[in-house]
Amino acid sequence: MNRFILPLGIFALLAIVLAIGIKHSPEKGTIPSPLIGKAAPQFTLPVLTDTNRTFRSADLKGRWYVFNVWGTWCGGCREEHSALLEIRKTAQVPLIGLDWKDEDPQALQWLSELGNPYEVVAADREGRIAIEWGVYGAPETFLVDPQGIVVYKYIGPLTLEAWQTQFVPRLPPQQAAKS
Amino acid sequence: MTPRRKRLVLVLGIIAGVSVAGALALSAFRQNVTFFFDPTQVTSGAVATGERFRLGGMVTKGSVQRAPGSLEVHFVVTDFKHDVPVSYTGVLPDLFREGQGVVAHGKMSGTTFVADEVLAKHDEKYMPPEVAKSLKKRQAESATPGGA
Amino acid sequence: MLPELGHFALILAMLLAALQAFFGIAGPALGRDRWTAAVTPAVAGQFVMVSTAVACLIASFVANDFSVTYIAENSNSALPIFYRVTAMWGAHEGSLLLWIFLLGCWTVAVTIGVSRLPTRFAARVLGVLGLVSFGFLLFTLATSNPFLRLDPPAPDGRDLNPILQDPALAIHPPILYTGYVGFAVAFAFACAAMLEGRMDQMWARWTRPWTTSAWAFLSIGIALGSWWAYYELGWGGYWFWDPVENASFMPWLVGTALIHSLAVTDKRGLFKSWTLLLAVLAFSLSLLGTFLVRSGVLVSVHSFAADPTRGIFILAFLIVMIGGALTLYAWRAPLLKSQAGFELVSRESFLLFNNILLVIGAATVFGGTMAPLISDALGLGTLSVGTPYFNPTFMLSMLPLLALLSLGIHANWKRGHLGAAQRTILTTLVIAAIAGVILVFGVYSHGKVLSPVAATLGAWIILSSLVDPIDRIRRKLSLPRSVIGMSVAHIGLGIFVLSVTTVESFTLERDVALGQGERAVVGNYEFRFAGVKPIEGPNYNGVEGTVVVTRHGVPTSVVYPQKRQYWVQRQVTTEAAIEMHHGSNVFVALGDELGAGKWSVRFQIRPLVNFLWLGAFIMAVGGAIAATDRRYRTARQAAAAPVATPGVAEEGAG
Repeated sequence: MNRFILPLGIFALLAIVLAIGIKHSPEKGTIPSPLIGKAAPQFTLPVLTDTNRTFRSADLKGRWYVFNVWGTWCGGCREEHSALLEIRKTAQVPLIGLDWKDEDPQALQWLSELGNPYEVVAADREGRIAIEWGVYGAPETFLVDPQGIVVYKYIGPLTLEAWQTQFVPRLPPQQAAKS
Repeated sequence: MTPRRKRLVLVLGIIAGVSVAGALALSAFRQNVTFFFDPTQVTSGAVATGERFRLGGMVTKGSVQRAPGSLEVHFVVTDFKHDVPVSYTGVLPDLFREGQGVVAHGKMSGTTFVADEVLAKHDEKYMPPEVAKSLKKRQAESATPGGA
Repeated sequence: MLPELGHFALILAMLLAALQAFFGIAGPALGRDRWTAAVTPAVAGQFVMVSTAVACLIASFVANDFSVTYIAENSNSALPIFYRVTAMWGAHEGSLLLWIFLLGCWTVAVTIGVSRLPTRFAARVLGVLGLVSFGFLLFTLATSNPFLRLDPPAPDGRDLNPILQDPALAIHPPILYTGYVGFAVAFAFACAAMLEGRMDQMWARWTRPWTTSAWAFLSIGIALGSWWAYYELGWGGYWFWDPVENASFMPWLVGTALIHSLAVTDKRGLFKSWTLLLAVLAFSLSLLGTFLVRSGVLVSVHSFAADPTRGIFILAFLIVMIGGALTLYAWRAPLLKSQAGFELVSRESFLLFNNILLVIGAATVFGGTMAPLISDALGLGTLSVGTPYFNPTFMLSMLPLLALLSLGIHANWKRGHLGAAQRTILTTLVIAAIAGVILVFGVYSHGKVLSPVAATLGAWIILSSLVDPIDRIRRKLSLPRSVIGMSVAHIGLGIFVLSVTTVESFTLERDVALGQGERAVVGNYEFRFAGVKPIEGPNYNGVEGTVVVTRHGVPTSVVYPQKRQYWVQRQVTTEAAIEMHHGSNVFVALGDELGAGKWSVRFQIRPLVNFLWLGAFIMAVGGAIAATDRRYRTARQAAAAPVATPGVAEEGAG
């Protein structure tokens, strides 16, 4: 042993600590929603496509639905849009959109250009409802059962693969079979 | 003094200086480190009375109150299992909002946390990491069969 | 089309960097002269490709091409064109590209600089730089490509983070990174010397100007960041001991030690292995800073990109680069023997103490920055380390450092006593103590225990730094740039110390609830709140307060602090109003609407705070002057001759 090896030894120890640190760092995808297993927050918001109408989440009781939080300002939402359109085609479960902190005209233009996968889109202009749902960042997608209980939450752009592996198995068999 | 002895004196002096500095740094470290607790830990009495610590969680929606025209503000910090009321006098950071993560420095006074500093992170997309971690832990504890 | 061109250029750049590394390291090792000669074209090719990529990205930003994910997430069509250009390094992907581009600039400069040095040594330096560049290019392409397309394209972008829409912060990253990356040059010189297994005084003379220039850039970069935090974050502090700030401060401290240690190696051929270790350490801390900021391991107010997979990649890169260099060090450093000895009271030993104290300072900052991570990794609970730890422990090593500086500046190389300098030392100390006491008790009339001590030290440094240049002018001796640069940098440090002392001792701060027409008194100042009015900017709206300032009853000015709400990101920023009166900064920030027609307003009076950044700037200027000394140019020319000339008989450690 000579003293010139000492720096290398100290660095090796540091590298180990950093490696453990990475393992422990909170990953975006693994923060579960405190809502899972609990009742989805109720809300009443104007409908984006027809602002004279209001949408009440209580109306959804008795149905499975997917609650998708998006905004035109969010790149990930654009990425997942084609997957949402595909999911719509399977008609397994209705998609409810929450247009988060957005300008209505831009959102409408988005839907007319890219296609509208949603049964209904609620306009959360101030972002208050997203806060109640505990949304960290768009896009986020929730699966809610007929009792209004949040079953699953997916963070980040939704892919068809994630849909097949994470959402479909959680649906009751007759609904999942529709694909 | 011979060159050899001079060298020895120099080396010993350096070693003594470094150890004194190390000892003082360690004691400063022990006195000045603040620990992080979430509302559940605070409610269960994990915090010694009079200890300064960091409280973190979500600001409960609708809990922010202040007497009109006063600098004193009251709000509730929650981890969705337990709540801790917080009082603070001063200017709140730009990103302080109901329903967002927050970290406050201060002490308990009775059942209220008296904060002398309130921090909200400069990015509305992410939570302060320790808050995210604590929420995750509390969530795991209450996970029911059938939940994700 | 442009993004694809940029992407392609980046891939070519990575291949050329790999060639540069291979030819530069393998060529000299295997004695293949044709490989060695191929390094320079590889450097040129890589630089052209990286520049092309940067140009493509900036052009796409200016053209508002929101089909590129990175642009859609960090720009907006309403963004002013200046910020559309600076948005290029507004987030993770682009700032990495900037890092690589700046490394390219340094490499080109080094290629020109080393052209007269021994061919093998020059090739090795460029080879190591190529390896660093290759690692960063691979990282960018694999995990953080800024050219990825968004399909379908966005109609408009998410906008640049509003806190980054500021002139100081726009130019802060390029300057800070230039400093960070510059230490790669010292690192490459050190690795090349270890690969050669030979290191002499000429080596130190070649390395010094590069290290000093990098250090000067880093100084300005850190000062700009601190200045930005002061007026933009709305809290009025200038240093928060935030992990990201510490990440830039640690390489600076070790870099400062390296500059001084290089001076000893240059003049006396001592401290050889220590200098090598510092060169490796300074760059390692730069890399570690990148790791800490970019991996999400330590999340702080500054970090906007956190992704663990990136963290794993950077850690692997750290292990290859730093682990490799330290292994080389453990193998080769024992071969480097210092020939000469030195006396206890000589410039060598003062510089040795300087080095030890700076490294201890860096170690205390390192310990405080890493403690939360270590505690967390070992499951000891979540803790935080803040100013109450950093301030006293850091001062512990810095106060003796400042005191020894004024002594060491008068000490001669090799000799064992201060001799005739003793009178000068005493005279300057007495004058400095009087000035310090007058400043603390006369001008500001109160203070903490350490205030007069620190003020005396600051004044003493300034006086001591003036002695040698004045003496040389009086005796009509030559005044080389290294001496001027050293004196200027030390005077900057003295100004900085004085400023920190007054700011820490005499700052007044109050948060007040004010209604229209109400007044608040802070120190000698009285503030009258004349209400708020709405305002609208190009991509934000908000409110502007009007505050009338009077000092000793005399109206001095009217200030307009703002609170802005940016449309696209829905983010609120505080634009404090800052004015200078009688050397003090008067700081007014608008808080929240409190109801009942009142607003919370924060007032601060910070004496001499501007001199803090001025001091840092003067230090950097000193570094720049020293880096252009003639000795370094003649050292390069001498290297072209077969026999190295002995050191030019000039004093000065600048």
